[in-house]
Amino acid sequence: MTTLMEKPAAAPSAWPAWFQAEQSAALAEYEKLPVPVRKDESWRFANLKALDLSAFVDANPVASEGRLINASTGLKETAAKLILGNNALLHREAGLLPKGVILETLESAAANHTELFKKYFMAQPVELGSRKYAALHKARVAAGAFLYVPANTSVELPIELFQWVEGANASVFPHTLIVCGENSRVTVVDYFKSADQLPAFACGVNDLHLARGAKLTYISVQDWSRETTAFHLNSTIVDREATATALIANFGGAFIRGESLSRLVGEGSRSEMYSINPVEGTREIDQRTLQDHVAPNATSDLLYLNALDDKSRTIFAGLIKVQPGAKGTDAYQKVKNLILSDDADPNSMPGLEILNDEVRCSHGATNGPISADELFYMEARGIPADKARRLIVNGFFNSLLTHIENDPLRLHLEGLLAARLAIG
Amino acid sequence: MSLKIENLSANIGDRQILKGLNLEVPKGQVHAIMGKNGSGKSTLAKVMAGHPDYEVTGGSVTLDGLNLFEMQEPDQRARAGLFVAFQYPMEIPGVTIANFIRAALQARLPEGEELDAVEYYEHLYKKMDSLKIDRKFTSRAVNEGFSGGEKKRCEVLQMAMLNPVYAVLDETDSGLDIDALRIVSDGVNAMRSPERGFLVITHYQRLLDYIVPDVVHVMVDGRIVMSGDKNLAHKLEAQGYDWVEKEILATA
Repeated sequence: MTTLMEKPAAAPSAWPAWFQAEQSAALAEYEKLPVPVRKDESWRFANLKALDLSAFVDANPVASEGRLINASTGLKETAAKLILGNNALLHREAGLLPKGVILETLESAAANHTELFKKYFMAQPVELGSRKYAALHKARVAAGAFLYVPANTSVELPIELFQWVEGANASVFPHTLIVCGENSRVTVVDYFKSADQLPAFACGVNDLHLARGAKLTYISVQDWSRETTAFHLNSTIVDREATATALIANFGGAFIRGESLSRLVGEGSRSEMYSINPVEGTREIDQRTLQDHVAPNATSDLLYLNALDDKSRTIFAGLIKVQPGAKGTDAYQKVKNLILSDDADPNSMPGLEILNDEVRCSHGATNGPISADELFYMEARGIPADKARRLIVNGFFNSLLTHIENDPLRLHLEGLLAARLAIG
Repeated sequence: MSLKIENLSANIGDRQILKGLNLEVPKGQVHAIMGKNGSGKSTLAKVMAGHPDYEVTGGSVTLDGLNLFEMQEPDQRARAGLFVAFQYPMEIPGVTIANFIRAALQARLPEGEELDAVEYYEHLYKKMDSLKIDRKFTSRAVNEGFSGGEKKRCEVLQMAMLNPVYAVLDETDSGLDIDALRIVSDGVNAMRSPERGFLVITHYQRLLDYIVPDVVHVMVDGRIVMSGDKNLAHKLEAQGYDWVEKEILATA
């Protein structure tokens, strides 16, 4: 068995030679960059023990391909589906995609759409702390999902991506790159799933690029095994009059480090950043965000909801940054922690850095238990306390899902949430 | 068969609110409790429902012989057949009315048995129609952003769906205009039955023109001090409560 760092000598790479050279450089960078320490601002409160990756090994090809393909079910109606497992493509269905839409692996895109790939692949600097792990990702990424929607093209039904990990201590490097042309419309649901309940390591990157007037709804349903360590490094670049709605649901994982950057580069652009995080046991979700207002009159709306039970931990560190030219910025940032246990440990660090006076910004963090009055009211209707608590937690998250405009998608997400919270 | 309250005393913190209250509502009857603000009317409703802020210091409440206080949890009392329509119903963000009532009905089924969703919605819509509640309300969060009248209609909807043996209505008329009062009263009257008893708590006689009680009780300082027929309510409306207090002093 090879360790995470050594690529199996025999494994042929599907990447073009020029990208393989970049991967070698990325591996060298990974090895050179120091492991983060607590005094790094972007790792305050972080659990650094989770950064010991020595147990993880290179993933073998999936053994249960048919089972994973069958288990890759989500919405009733989709425009296309891409299923990846252990860094390889398992299945692709793209029959209902409009002309010109590209949905294929990143490896294919690097070969067949080299200009697009070079322009957008990991084009943003990593600013929220995980440069080292972004380098690791680049060094080891394989397969990956690439979606390109040309200008003035609407994909009516959602596209679904399934990214699986299988096997003890397997390492996967999921990558989703979405490029939306001018005035295009698309909805993508990205599922991250484990084939088993074993420990695993995932180091993923999602980059969303929206050209002028584009509208993208991106849903990440992270449902790794409860033993998984995962990094998810997200960036969203929104150009003029475009709207990005991104919802990250963290249902699984032992340790999740999420970094989400939204950069509003075009006037009148809008970025919605939502996250729902039910955590229990000793699970830990560490999220760092940046709303970077470069262009004037842009809007960003961040709402992160955590419900913490048992000895779980969450960290939220968010920054709204208003650049000197970004007059008329409207930025909102809020994290709400619903505390279900005295041993839970929520950490919230909302922040502002405003370099222009003509802006409207608000930020805040709240912590609170389940309201005793709400609980009593539900019990007084005959609902046992435990079920009532779960319904209240479900309601806490559901109120965020109302931001999803697409009805079948919202109902689907409500169903996934109810299943996650065991609401019968 | 009755809802029987015997010598009930209860505190909130160090303050005694109920001071040996006696009352019996035979099944099939509607009883009303009237009293001034602060006489302990709402406390009685909350104590019966099992609100954790109140401490019962003496006495008992029985539902057809079943001791309510042997059931510690509010949900057990509700499933035993008690329903309390609250004066200030809580808002539950993100929990729809449909899911809320469904969970309450599901909790009344034996383990492993599932509520039939189609039948449930048929039943729910029928009750909503009769209470003139827009069907769109099923997908709205419980009481969130509801007007006072909508909240009270939602309480009566829950009562109609949960089909209690004894229902306690705490100031269900407060915040209602005449039309809403009529709708709510019609909803309650439709549920009057030899198999059910009602205890209607109100500050005003007005409600009792619509829900005509069999017996009216007057509550003063944590006790029932006088009982009579519906004419007692009219007398209280016309003359206030002072004469009641004088009469108690005279007989004390």
